Amino acid sequence: MAEVDITSKTMDGMGPHGTKVGLLRVLGPAHVWALGVGIVLVGEYMGWNFAVGKGGAYAALIACWFAGILYTCVAMIDSEVTSTVAAAGGQYTQAKHIVGPLMAFNVGLYLVFAYTMLEAANAITAGYLFSVVATMSGYEGTLDQRPFIILVIMFLAWLNYRGVLATLTFNLVITAIAFVAILVLFVSTSGLVGAGIMQHAALMEGAASLPYGWIGVLAAMHFGLWYYLGIEGTTQAAEEVRSPARALPFGTLAGIMTLLIAATLTWYICSGVLPWEFLGDGVNGSVAPLFDTARLSGSNGLIWLLGFGTLFATLASANGCINDASRAWFAMGRDKYLPGWFGAVHPKYRTPYRAIIFLVPIALIFALGAPLDQVITFSILSGLLEYTFMPLNIIMFRKKWPLNTIKRGYEHPFHPLPAIVLLSLCGITFFAVFLGYGTQLVAMIGFYIVVSLWFHFWRYRFVNRGAQFTMPWPKPQGY
Amino acid sequence: METWNYIEYAAWGLSALFGLYMVIDWFKIDTTYSEDVLTSSREGELEAMTEQHKV
Repeated sequence: MAEVDITSKTMDGMGPHGTKVGLLRVLGPAHVWALGVGIVLVGEYMGWNFAVGKGGAYAALIACWFAGILYTCVAMIDSEVTSTVAAAGGQYTQAKHIVGPLMAFNVGLYLVFAYTMLEAANAITAGYLFSVVATMSGYEGTLDQRPFIILVIMFLAWLNYRGVLATLTFNLVITAIAFVAILVLFVSTSGLVGAGIMQHAALMEGAASLPYGWIGVLAAMHFGLWYYLGIEGTTQAAEEVRSPARALPFGTLAGIMTLLIAATLTWYICSGVLPWEFLGDGVNGSVAPLFDTARLSGSNGLIWLLGFGTLFATLASANGCINDASRAWFAMGRDKYLPGWFGAVHPKYRTPYRAIIFLVPIALIFALGAPLDQVITFSILSGLLEYTFMPLNIIMFRKKWPLNTIKRGYEHPFHPLPAIVLLSLCGITFFAVFLGYGTQLVAMIGFYIVVSLWFHFWRYRFVNRGAQFTMPWPKPQGY
Repeated sequence: METWNYIEYAAWGLSALFGLYMVIDWFKIDTTYSEDVLTSSREGELEAMTEQHKV
């Protein structure tokens, strides 16, 4: 089998195990980067600043860096496992192979909910951005945001339906523009080129430094996740990259480095210009802090650049979320964790078309009918549950298949330190979320317990157990 | 009617077009190909073809 040419257009995606139509292997590391960073970068443009409201600007910076450590662990662990379990579904597939069916079912749902909620939140934001543009262009009426919210979801679903290469090339272009916009804003306002407008010392002195003390720092961790939430989405491209062992670690690790830079620069730029009371109020104060900073710079060029940056970041995030949610839903359908009907691949476009279409009305219902903060909270909580699973996953992976038993595309260093750090930071963040959104946290855990019972007592009998473990791995140690 | 009202209508129209495209294509594909072909995808293809997991 080793002589099979995987780049062949007639053979690509049509391999053993009876596959006649499979997902198309056309992506490279840049697409993986665009998928991960594309989903997240909107968090730099808006959302992270709620952390400032929780504990002031310094608290947001501490949360930024602690969340950065959390996500660096996530990226390293993901890179190792996914470069080995290179299949659609990402963490769902990892859980299926390494932990067991019930964990896999839960992780699959975390993924679909996290990405679909985030997609809905992005569509709501895009609708709001169109209304801002209308007001700025002199429109005096009240713009109906609904057609723009629906258009964003329908256009991006259509793009995803038509093929993964165009979808993620589109993401690559708009994500790169949005990232460059942050760099340009930093260079233009920090004093590196021309006169700077930064006022850190004046804005952060006295009580403004840590207005709510250290408990504020803890509370800020909840929204600190927003700087990076979604980078783990790179794993969903595993079945569509040309070389998983190379592209997934490369794209994911380059992605987290990009985000660490973007997050720190964003904090520096915005906290140096906007007072923390205004910056931290993401509803009535600074909805889009980078854009507000550009407006204060007085440069029309920067206002336009950051305006487009905000819109592009929003679209890139929604686009990546559709890609990821549909792959997770598709993978669960393929294994009969959900009805097998969802495991279909489009014979021409080679995309999981039924999963893409099925998730459209769900995203629309949340985008049109649910408040933004609730949608975002549900997304964050689902993501947090997923991160809590990862340390357990990597510890079991290393134990069952030690380094000398199977080939890995990437081996993350200092094991088990990253797993322990990740688990500890997840615990801290759960407490931070409990402080602000305890009811939602309890309600959501209750929801996952109920669906777990449903899976255990009813759905599991339909799971395709024979086709579940298709990787040609040796038996795990101890079995 | 202001320009933004026309843009609103255009957004409704485009949304309907994208939705119709997907639904019509979905119907065409489902009636042209058998369920066996459409749901034949299995994971692990590349692994099986290129990786032998020998270290």
